[in-house]
Amino acid sequence: MKNEERHLKAVDRLTELAGDIYRQIDDRQIPKMSIPLRTKSNIRFDRRSGVWKYGRATGVRSAKKLTGAQMLLRTMYMLEFMEEMIRTNKSSTLREMYYISEGWEKAKFSAQDESNMLAEDLEIITTCMREDFKLRPEEDGARVIGDITIQETDRKGKRKKINCRDDVGDSGYGIPYNVEAEKIGFIDCDADFAVAIETGGMFDRLVENRFDEEYNAVLVHLKGQPARSTRRFIKRLNEEMKLPICVFVDGDPWSFRIHASLAYGAIKTAHLSEYLATPTAEYIGITASDILNYDLPTDKLNDRDIQALNAEKTDPRFSDQFWKHEIDLMLDIGKKAEQQALAKYGLDFATDTYLPEKLKELGIMK
Amino acid sequence: MASIAHELAKKQKEISVSEFFEKNKHILGFDSLTRALITAVKESVDNSLDACEDAGILPDVLVRIDKESNNEYRVTVEDNGPGIVKKQVPNVFGRLLYGSRFHTRAQRRGQQGIGVSAVVMYGQITTGKPAKIKSKISDEDVAYECELVMDTKKNRAQAVRDDFVIWEKEHGTRFEVNLKGKYVQGKQSTFEYLKGVAIVNPHARITFTPPDGKAMVFERSTEEMPPPTREVKPHPEGVELGELLNMAKYTEAKKMTSFLNTEFSRISLRVAREILDKAEISYDQRPSRLNLDQAGGIIDAVKEVKIMSPETDCLSPIGEGLIRKSLKNVLGEARASFYAPPITREPKVFGGNPFVVEVGIVYGGQLSREDPVQIFRFANRVPLMYQQGACATTQGIENVDWRRYGLEQRGGKGIPYGPAIILVHVASTKIPFTSESKEAIANVPEIREEIELALKACARKLKTHLNKAEKKSKTRVKFEIVQEIIPMIAQKSAKIVGKPVPDIAGTITKIMNVVWVEDEVVHDKKRHHVSVKLYNYTPKTQKMHIHMILPYDKVDEKSLSLEPAEVRDGSKVTWNIKKIAPTDIFELAFDLKGVDKDEYDDNEVFVSGIDPASIIGADVLPGDWDLEHITITENGGAAGEASDNGEIDYDEGAEVIGDEE
Repeated sequence: MKNEERHLKAVDRLTELAGDIYRQIDDRQIPKMSIPLRTKSNIRFDRRSGVWKYGRATGVRSAKKLTGAQMLLRTMYMLEFMEEMIRTNKSSTLREMYYISEGWEKAKFSAQDESNMLAEDLEIITTCMREDFKLRPEEDGARVIGDITIQETDRKGKRKKINCRDDVGDSGYGIPYNVEAEKIGFIDCDADFAVAIETGGMFDRLVENRFDEEYNAVLVHLKGQPARSTRRFIKRLNEEMKLPICVFVDGDPWSFRIHASLAYGAIKTAHLSEYLATPTAEYIGITASDILNYDLPTDKLNDRDIQALNAEKTDPRFSDQFWKHEIDLMLDIGKKAEQQALAKYGLDFATDTYLPEKLKELGIMK
Repeated sequence: MASIAHELAKKQKEISVSEFFEKNKHILGFDSLTRALITAVKESVDNSLDACEDAGILPDVLVRIDKESNNEYRVTVEDNGPGIVKKQVPNVFGRLLYGSRFHTRAQRRGQQGIGVSAVVMYGQITTGKPAKIKSKISDEDVAYECELVMDTKKNRAQAVRDDFVIWEKEHGTRFEVNLKGKYVQGKQSTFEYLKGVAIVNPHARITFTPPDGKAMVFERSTEEMPPPTREVKPHPEGVELGELLNMAKYTEAKKMTSFLNTEFSRISLRVAREILDKAEISYDQRPSRLNLDQAGGIIDAVKEVKIMSPETDCLSPIGEGLIRKSLKNVLGEARASFYAPPITREPKVFGGNPFVVEVGIVYGGQLSREDPVQIFRFANRVPLMYQQGACATTQGIENVDWRRYGLEQRGGKGIPYGPAIILVHVASTKIPFTSESKEAIANVPEIREEIELALKACARKLKTHLNKAEKKSKTRVKFEIVQEIIPMIAQKSAKIVGKPVPDIAGTITKIMNVVWVEDEVVHDKKRHHVSVKLYNYTPKTQKMHIHMILPYDKVDEKSLSLEPAEVRDGSKVTWNIKKIAPTDIFELAFDLKGVDKDEYDDNEVFVSGIDPASIIGADVLPGDWDLEHITITENGGAAGEASDNGEIDYDEGAEVIGDEE
């Protein structure tokens, strides 16, 4: 029932949007639409929630220019398509949505990025979520291993209790795209903290070394820049199970951004930060200081890395002392390191030495 | 050059011709194996074309090259000309410096009788094999066939193994010669040469079979023969001393007055007497007694006496229409996007010789954008293949600042870069070549100036086209918005909210705020359908004048959608458009009948009586309303730009969003 309401609200909002465009044309105006700018200069720290959200600056999408006109037409097609899905109780993946546009002639998308972005624009304008529009992402297969019991409602409506350590194989529990309460409930948790890990290689190393059992941890594989469901899952672990979250990633500017989107909110989806970000998540490495302290094998920063680091210097999310220091240091030494560089000191170094040291430093482990 | 030939004629008894030949291979065009083969083709094809034209026959020339052994080739050239009578065959093909055209002043391909006989001799010297000739005149039932052996000492050819044979051809001549040569492909090749021949001889069909046996045909693009070129007597201003003495020696005139009057053009008896007075020569002196001093006196006197300019109607330019047609015909595979209307200048005179310059430019399509432009040079309808740098045509091209006309050129000098072919044709009763090899036109100031003027005139048309194309592409974007996207947005939004489709007129005029002119010409069933559409995308009712340049006598009156207000000079047509309401489209349409397809393939549309800033798609009427002097009117880009109100464009932010790599 609650679900039904959300869809109805979405239809209302979408219709309002079309009505706004209709009215402008009827008033002999050039149709346009205002959208909060999705730029790093337009994100503001929200004290109440502790995450970064969009500020007040808006941009205008106007039919005066070809791109704007095209985007407005695409919007109309998309609205029509979404309303249709809600009415007929169907849903589509973002990729399917992109292919649907093949039949939209002038409004056809030239890349899936474009259709994904427009779907996000509509979320921002309508304050709905894409699931409300019946759009869903592809499964991205992020995995979880650890002593936590969840209850998942499967596609037949049957509820299943799953312990993410004992009831799953070595590849762990796969996080579905929908991790809301109607789909997943947290039943029980014996773990002390959760580690979010960027790479599959490091996730597997921790699993093989039984880090989860030995230290009573939940391991979550981020698979690069984490999907919304992964971020939402982590947030719920943190809020509902009171698990401290630590983020263990490579030591390069892109991994800094993985942490930022997980902990502070992503620039692209800052309208959902309150729902997706875990402000208390701690970055445990690799840091530029780690590279020096542990004398890790490194790669030279390339031009894109340096550009990214410099961009981060003006990114408000990285404006605290810790990040300022780490970013400057990395630029200074001109080096980056992978998580797996820790293997320099043996296969057990990460689990036996590095992580315990780091976790104790943060007070997560006693 | 003529004087050198005379010298040569004088010395003929003293040195053997083959000796001369050996010494002068380079000027005769046999200095490399590659060039020898091209020269052989060139001389025989020139002969064939001249023969056909003299007889008023549309030339159908077959050229075949067969590889005999490593660097021995057989060149066969066959035409459908009038044929050569048996007695003349050895003279035409076997004697150096034979032929009437050497002494005449007319626009001819070969201006020197050295032509094809040099090929015969070269073939004999390099392979030891005689040339084969077969010829049939229409009066005879059979063809005469023979082999020619040159007696190089006597400058005479002997016909051996001659016979009469059956030949299915009604009339024509076939020439076959074996020679040492090298067949190549590329810029300087037989193929390129024949391609050039086809361009400047649109009335000729040329079939070429290279050594690989794959025949290709350059079809003729017109059935019309070029008007026959008239022989003219020499104009006194161009006569040199030796020539004058020679003429005086052989004239049939008995007195100096009648000699000057009959042997030269533009000398009346009165002018003759005036010249003789100035040179202090008696009217009645026998011309044969003219001495060197007296001849010099006449030449000096000619400079002081006012003499009418030479006749110019003896020239046969290809003509603007045919150059374009021919370029399209021969260069079709390059799919050029624009054939600039060619320029044929009015005839001018240098040193007593009339000449005319023609220029054509081909642009775009699959022509290379990175390379220098291709230059096609022609003199009296003969392609010039070598010594490009030394030629007045090339120097003329290098001297024009092509950056002003839309081509790249470093520092505004030199051969420009870009996807273009530039054709220059100089026709004259006497082409001043830099050397005997007749490959480069000498840098005569009068000719250079005409070349540059013609190049600039043609280049202006290219620039006008490029400007128009650029403006069109800019406008096309807005047109797409208002014609395709806005109607769809209106329709979709109406459907979603469940209301009738709103009127988009107001929105459209706000976006465009301009009158858009779109013209089109479609050729179908021997008619040109011309349409000029005026879209009033402004919030006001508009009126204006439309001006076009077209052959008004070819307009089908019944097809006219609006009577013109004025027709000037039979081609400058003006319409008054009294009222176009906002978002209305006014269409001006008519058909042209009986105009050649290629003669009218682009409309020239101008507007007046309206703010130039609110017009897109047509130029403002030039002040002088004169085709040759259309100035390029640069419109400000302000038209149709609505103010921005300082808004940030959501879709054009330069900042990359997202945390992804």
